[in-house]
Amino acid sequence: MSAPTYARPTSPDEAVSAVADDPNAVFLAGGSNLVDHLKLGIVAPSALVSVADLGLDEITEQDGGLRVGARVRNSDLASDPQVRQRYSVLSRALLSGASAQIRHQATTAGNLLQRTRCVYFQDRTVPCNKREPGSGCPAIEGYGRYNAVLGASDRCVAVHPSDMAVAMLALDAQVGVLGAGGARSLPIAELHRLPGDDPSRDTALEHGDLITHVDLPAQPEGARSDYVKVRDRASYAFALVSVAASLTVDDDGTVTDVRVAWGGMAHKPWRATLLEDAMAGGSVTAENVRTACARELEQASTSQQTAYKLPMVTEATAMLLTKLAAGEGVDR
Amino acid sequence: MTTQVTLQVDGAARTVDIDVRTTLLDALRERLGETSPKKGCDHGQCGACTVLLDGRRHLTCLSLAIDHDGAEITTAAGLADGERLHEVQEAFVERDALQCGYCTPGQVCSVVGMLAEVRAGQPSYVSPDLSAAPELGEAEVRERLSGNLCRCGAYVNICAAALDVADADVDPVTEEVAG
Repeated sequence: MSAPTYARPTSPDEAVSAVADDPNAVFLAGGSNLVDHLKLGIVAPSALVSVADLGLDEITEQDGGLRVGARVRNSDLASDPQVRQRYSVLSRALLSGASAQIRHQATTAGNLLQRTRCVYFQDRTVPCNKREPGSGCPAIEGYGRYNAVLGASDRCVAVHPSDMAVAMLALDAQVGVLGAGGARSLPIAELHRLPGDDPSRDTALEHGDLITHVDLPAQPEGARSDYVKVRDRASYAFALVSVAASLTVDDDGTVTDVRVAWGGMAHKPWRATLLEDAMAGGSVTAENVRTACARELEQASTSQQTAYKLPMVTEATAMLLTKLAAGEGVDR
Repeated sequence: MTTQVTLQVDGAARTVDIDVRTTLLDALRERLGETSPKKGCDHGQCGACTVLLDGRRHLTCLSLAIDHDGAEITTAAGLADGERLHEVQEAFVERDALQCGYCTPGQVCSVVGMLAEVRAGQPSYVSPDLSAAPELGEAEVRERLSGNLCRCGAYVNICAAALDVADADVDPVTEEVAG
């Protein structure tokens, strides 16, 4: 690989132009994922456009919620007093991700745009439709414990690795984007895409689009939220499955608002809308949650290696929602 | 593309010509002869390359040097004051938390950074209450230091060393009892 050029623009507009004008240019944020990909030889950009001097690194009050700048560090976001108090699911999800060193390095936008850790994607000596469209997918028949069970296609079974994005999905976050055509905003549910017949595209963004911020809207009065991550070891590992949930119940224990998102299940953070519909207006018992999960999981497709994910995500969801309903903390 | 960067390494300004692709770790070790940060996995999985960058613990293997021009870097070697070891280094010696020593500079930097995070009130994934000041016990230390791997398995002694310094931080009497 020849060395890429390096530019360090001082305004978001300049940064967008620098990437949009060169089809092989990429933004460089914290770098914890991109630098690894440069070393592995799975990306070879012509230009690195650093976002280091763009600002965009503050957390501010916005319409009763919070606006999180694209360059806010994962550790700063997780530790922010407002986030800890009002969006605990987000704080806990961030703290479950990677290690303290990487959380100091990783940024909000970079975390959203990190790529799958599917072992075939990260090994340039084997085919991968996400890396080289049309080359094939050895993951479908190969090592597959981490594979997707929802929304996968015959082209790709990779899962999205972010914990943070799963929590933001449960919070109905909005993503601010600056592109060649100006600024726009989209719901985080529309940011990541399913693989379909082009798994090389992770998101709905166009080349040159710069994520500038994420808006966290005000949450329902009395909502309680938390994040549970199930993994092979106690810390510093990607999720086998994870659950982000926010729950509001009235005095009788009836569900007035429930949002559930799953990680480790699909090519994108998965909003469990069928589960939410099944829970709405009911009471939160473990049995009710299991029934609601079954509704959501009717659309799942598993292999022998991934069948374990269905009972695992069901029990993690039941545990989390019943604890939230009871006003209890999750055992950690 | 070759470019020049200046890094403040352990208090001294060091200028070096590098390729865009040069990591901070390679700039420090191969170009500047600073061998305290170690190259372990070189992919962010082991923590042996950990330094304090602008005051925070940071991996140098997944950072491009060019993106950190002007950064202030403290390696484990720079934590000592001449012949006088840093309190975390002293605790590692006291507790025999070194084993083969290869991962130790990263472990030491990580413990120094971790204790500062706790003093600043930052929670971890295992903190029972996100809004309360964290209380540093063994579970907290293990979670907070999980980015550093030791293949010799010195974790028990590393935990003890970290807790010794944390206890000394808040209550000097505890140190005497522990000692």
